[in-house]
Amino acid sequence: MREKPTIRIIAHIWMFIVSMLALLPFQLLIIASFTDNNYASIHGFSFFPKQWSADAYLYIMNKWATIGRAYLMTIIVTIVGVALSIIITTLFAYGLSNTKLPGVKVISFLVIFTMLFNGGLVSTYYSYVNLFHIRNTIWALIFPGLLMNAFNIILVKNYIRNSIPPSLMEAARIDGASEYTIFFRIVVPLSIPILATIGLLTGIAYWNDWQNGLYYLTQRDGGHLYTIQVVLNTINESITFLAVNPDTSVTSVTDLPSTTVRMAIAMVGIIPIILAYPFFQKYFVKGITLGGVKE
Amino acid sequence: MKQSRVVGTQINKLKNTGSTSRKNKIRWKDMIPFYVMMIPGMVYLIINNYIPMFGIIIAFKKLDFQKGILGSEWIGLDNFKFLFASKDAWTITRNTVLYSVAFIVLGSLFAITTAILLNEVRSRMASRLYQSLILLPYLMSWVVVSYLGFAFLSSETGTINSMLRSLGFQTINFYNEPQYWPFILIFTNLWKTIGYGTIIYLSNVVSISKEYYEAAAIDGATKWQQIRKITLPLLKPTIITMFILQLGNVFRSDFGLFYQMPRGSGALFSVTRTLDVYVYTALMKNSDFGMSSAASFYQSIVGFILIVSANALVRKVNKDNALF
Repeated sequence: MREKPTIRIIAHIWMFIVSMLALLPFQLLIIASFTDNNYASIHGFSFFPKQWSADAYLYIMNKWATIGRAYLMTIIVTIVGVALSIIITTLFAYGLSNTKLPGVKVISFLVIFTMLFNGGLVSTYYSYVNLFHIRNTIWALIFPGLLMNAFNIILVKNYIRNSIPPSLMEAARIDGASEYTIFFRIVVPLSIPILATIGLLTGIAYWNDWQNGLYYLTQRDGGHLYTIQVVLNTINESITFLAVNPDTSVTSVTDLPSTTVRMAIAMVGIIPIILAYPFFQKYFVKGITLGGVKE
Repeated sequence: MKQSRVVGTQINKLKNTGSTSRKNKIRWKDMIPFYVMMIPGMVYLIINNYIPMFGIIIAFKKLDFQKGILGSEWIGLDNFKFLFASKDAWTITRNTVLYSVAFIVLGSLFAITTAILLNEVRSRMASRLYQSLILLPYLMSWVVVSYLGFAFLSSETGTINSMLRSLGFQTINFYNEPQYWPFILIFTNLWKTIGYGTIIYLSNVVSISKEYYEAAAIDGATKWQQIRKITLPLLKPTIITMFILQLGNVFRSDFGLFYQMPRGSGALFSVTRTLDVYVYTALMKNSDFGMSSAASFYQSIVGFILIVSANALVRKVNKDNALF
């Protein structure tokens, strides 16, 4: 059986082009951040600049009080958010996985309903700010929207139902184990693959989140809580953000972060993800595939 | 627990009822731990989802912060009258729906093409490398993407303009000229989401049994014929399902894309402002609770109707793929 290689060549060419298109902007970002600022302001960014410089990164080192702090906040928010999210989601999904539980159908419906209907930004914002007073607290970055979602609950619930043999839990019950023991000793250890997957997706969502910061943090009272994404967004909205020193609050034009600096800060924001990507790529693809049609 | 079970059987014997009917009875005491474990999640659903759902009544009120939502005065449909009297209502509806449809059609087309071609790549190493690379943009936040966009589009330092300049052409002030933005936004969205779509379709392409292709190859079918007569027909149910489910979401726009990419440029509002951006701007920039809550209500209700209808349609096509 002889197979013509044409389609494979076409496939390689197509995939090569699409991959290059995916990569190109990142290449430009790296090069732009290492371009000499004067050269950039005269000639613009180019893939082949004639003058290179690491000044942008030196500037960031000087402003490390702001950037480093934001980094730390991103890490804290991501870790706390993922941990809480996994605990709440798994406990809830375990309850839902019990088909004999009275009211389980109603609760399932309440979960799915959140995928169909939402109160929208205005009432969500109003209730978080005026009822729960989370503005300018760290909970503003952890609580709204990201902590638990219907999609993850369904993934974990299905996993518990389909992959953990009920006989195992029944045996533990007969041996006198409480439901809590069963949960922590049987359900959680056997669900590690799915927990890793939702943990990863949630972690990426927290790491990348800038909207909660935009809605619920103000620069004056919530500036100390800014994560790296919120800093990036704030620089977008007002270029003076980095230049204003908290102690002097004097801004001179020469002190404004240049475009190359902004590119360098964006680089600093994505480097950890790119470095970690090869290690979690497999789980990430799996998480997407699981989501598939039910998206 | 063991003890209560034994006691249970004894009572059974005493009452002399059939043991089967007794077994089906729920012992509430055993169920309590399940409810306890669900408390944190229930509380979160109430705070994060259900309170805001009831909060949409703001749209029918003249909000007075002193009195709160419940105490504020009812004003009927006044907020909606203001919203729909403005030109904005039509513009933001049109933008939201048209962009969504463009994203769905072009996104599916490119994702299916890429998935089918990626499936033809035999080398596992190469296939995994391609997958990783095309997924990379999906990992980035829209803020970062707006920086990438700025590196290309900025009128002073953008690469496109520096190329135009060196070739002797007029430069283009992208952030002030609306006519380029439909293309820019569609391209950016495709760039960011094609990896995601490809992976989803690829998982469906891979699951098609190899036997079909082997049989076809023995009969002398070319690869191109195999794709047309085997792959595409077998993908059809998935494509249709995904298509309808996505259509259910045409009233929701990606706030990140439409807020971050145009960098708030007022000159671009006519082609970049969608419902989500409008609600945000009216609420946070203008502190206009009336307009923003009316627009938000409009989006929630129409969106709900669309999703439920789409789902009802999916149930008819393929029951397993329906959300509920």
